[in-house]
Amino acid sequence: MHLAYPAVLSALLFCTGLYGVLARRNAILVLMSVELMLNAVNLNLVAFDVWLSKTARDTLHSGQALTLFTIAIAAAEIGIGLAIVLAVYRNRGTSDIDRLRDTAEGHQSGTPTDGTAGEKAEATA
Amino acid sequence: MTTTTLAVLVPLLPFLAATAGLLLGRTAPGFVRPLAVLPTLAALALAIAVAVDQGGGRAVQTHTELTPTGSVPIELALDIDGFAALVAVLVAFVATCVQIYSTGYLRDDPRYPSYAALVSLFTSAMLLVVYSGDLIVLLVGWEVMGICSYFLVGHYWETPEARAASIKAFLVTKLGDVPFLIGLFALATDAGSFRITTVLGTVANGGLHHPTLVGLLLLCGVAGKSAQFPLHTWLPDAMAGPTPVSALIHAATMVAAGVYFVARLLPVFEASACVMVVLAVMGAVTMVGSALAALAQDDIKRVLAYSTIGQLGYMTGALAVGDRGAAVFHLLSHGAFKALLFLAAGVVIHAAGTNSLAVMSRTSGLRDRVPDAYWTMTVALLALAAIPPFSGFFSKESVLGAAEHVATGHTEHAPGSAGWIVLVAGLVTALLTAAYATRLWLLAFRGRGTQAADHGRQPLSMTVVLWVLAVPSLAFGGLAYRLLPDWFDGRALAPTLTTSVLSTGLALVGGLVTYGAWQRTRSLAARVPLGTVAAHPEGDAGLVEAEAIAAHEPAFGDVAYAPDPADPGRLLLGPLHRHAAEGFHLDAVYDVLLVRPVLAAASLVQFLDREVVETYVRGAGALPRLLGAAVRRAQTGNVQTYVSALLAGTVVLAVAVLLVATGA
Repeated sequence: MHLAYPAVLSALLFCTGLYGVLARRNAILVLMSVELMLNAVNLNLVAFDVWLSKTARDTLHSGQALTLFTIAIAAAEIGIGLAIVLAVYRNRGTSDIDRLRDTAEGHQSGTPTDGTAGEKAEATA
Repeated sequence: MTTTTLAVLVPLLPFLAATAGLLLGRTAPGFVRPLAVLPTLAALALAIAVAVDQGGGRAVQTHTELTPTGSVPIELALDIDGFAALVAVLVAFVATCVQIYSTGYLRDDPRYPSYAALVSLFTSAMLLVVYSGDLIVLLVGWEVMGICSYFLVGHYWETPEARAASIKAFLVTKLGDVPFLIGLFALATDAGSFRITTVLGTVANGGLHHPTLVGLLLLCGVAGKSAQFPLHTWLPDAMAGPTPVSALIHAATMVAAGVYFVARLLPVFEASACVMVVLAVMGAVTMVGSALAALAQDDIKRVLAYSTIGQLGYMTGALAVGDRGAAVFHLLSHGAFKALLFLAAGVVIHAAGTNSLAVMSRTSGLRDRVPDAYWTMTVALLALAAIPPFSGFFSKESVLGAAEHVATGHTEHAPGSAGWIVLVAGLVTALLTAAYATRLWLLAFRGRGTQAADHGRQPLSMTVVLWVLAVPSLAFGGLAYRLLPDWFDGRALAPTLTTSVLSTGLALVGGLVTYGAWQRTRSLAARVPLGTVAAHPEGDAGLVEAEAIAAHEPAFGDVAYAPDPADPGRLLLGPLHRHAAEGFHLDAVYDVLLVRPVLAAASLVQFLDREVVETYVRGAGALPRLLGAAVRRAQTGNVQTYVSALLAGTVVLAVAVLLVATGA
């Protein structure tokens, strides 16, 4: 198989993930898009590892080993990420990224812009 | 014990008492009174022992250098000649009297422990000044006295008068002390030492390069400390302090330190005729001006304060004619009778519940309430007016005799003009002194009107001290004028016939004229009722006095003046009365010349700092603030915006790297 097929596929996957990260509003979908991007990278790593081992320049399969690391770390990351999203949802009643603007300049807690001030106050109490 | 050991202990004992008093005042209140009185009493005994040992013979001199201090060495030196021995006895004697008196005077005062400790510290500092043979050690005592004076004048710091007076006393004396310090340095640079003996040796060999400059610089400090014109204005205001403090510090001892200093270093001043004439003019202006002002004061203590300034003027005059024996003789006798006058005035103020002579002149029977104060004050006023045979007569005659001696051209040390200035001013002041002494006595004790209220007997500690001090006021002069020349320079201090007759005659004229004026005006007193009395006349004397001082300005519109037509001083001074009551407006002159320019300069600096310097700072901050505001808008709080920016940046970088890599 020519190297171009997996490379193009991985580029498409990465772009889909990037679009999801930039455009999606739901935090869970954003996390899923991040997974897509990671897997695009994994695909690249495996494909280039095979290509490099065919030309016998690298016999250690470091690409595949790195993929295993990435998968493990991605699993941990998604676990923590989902836990955070769950906590945010329980606190705020939403996981809409557009409404989670607490770090904005001039933001004051309790302003009705995020519409969840009451729940937030309840959570902190 | 050797004389040196005794002499070291004299200033050391009150110092230890002061330290212990400040440390134990709160925890062990029972020890405060013994700690105040006993060390001072011991210092008195030791000072007498030192004086007996010294005996007016060779000066006791010893010195030790603790550590090398650069080019001009500073040594711990003792130099006790006849002057030092006798002045130390006076200081310890008055300090003991004042400490005993204070136990009664401030018996209910919550701040008595710190007060007593500060009086002890003051005593120690003054004794250090008297015994010290090194100018820098002397200066240490000199400055410690200044700060004690500041604290003690401000003892009743609840009243605005006391606060203002303490700051004024401190600032005005410091104004003189800065040139004084420079003068000391100049003197020591020429002499190569701060030792008084070395300095005097240098002067005797003609080694002093700028005697006029050094003399004038030193005179500034002397004028500030001894309340001589034009730096005398702090002393009348310092009467806002407790009366015992006025008696000790502002009458008998600290203000005499300047005179004592000049007496010790007289050859330095004699090296320049100009300085002697300045000294004479200073003494003459001070004498006459303060005597006129004393005649117009309404506050009994301010009369005494101006009188102190005038008597110090006599001492300055004696120094100006080169007779330090006469100056220190007058210092000793004045110290005794002026301390007595103040302490008796304290008793009178307590009994009358007011410090105003106008109010006292409308009260009858005051002398029956306080017979001790009445009799002792009469003795002291006779001494002040220099009526023979009281002690003031002999000491004042020695001053006038010395002035006459110089005026007729019998000495090479002092210029004849100085002699004439001092002689004429001294005779005029003799007249005025008798006048204001008579006025004080008549107004305070010969009043007619409502019966004085009875607040019970005065404490024994206060009245006994008055009689103890009355003895030297009565007899010191007559006994001492034959003995003192052995202790001093050996010049005769006996009164001369011409000046004695003249000045006693003038004093009698002054007294009789005032009596006549009082006879004419006293009938007016009944027509113009005046009166204020302290709010708590049953309280201890210190409280009554503080209230009396605080009540004077609201009642009469001024701390020094009362609109009393029955005042004989008003009749005698005529149109001058108003100005004399204000101290000839010298405070107003200082206000215009010094206070207002300083305040204007301060507000200018404030304007420059607030409006000019801060504008630059704010301007420098404006651009970063604008940039910050612009950049802040990027912080939307939306994570996706941030990631988009990150992506855009990455793309730009990647393109740039590609372009560079391909060499495009």
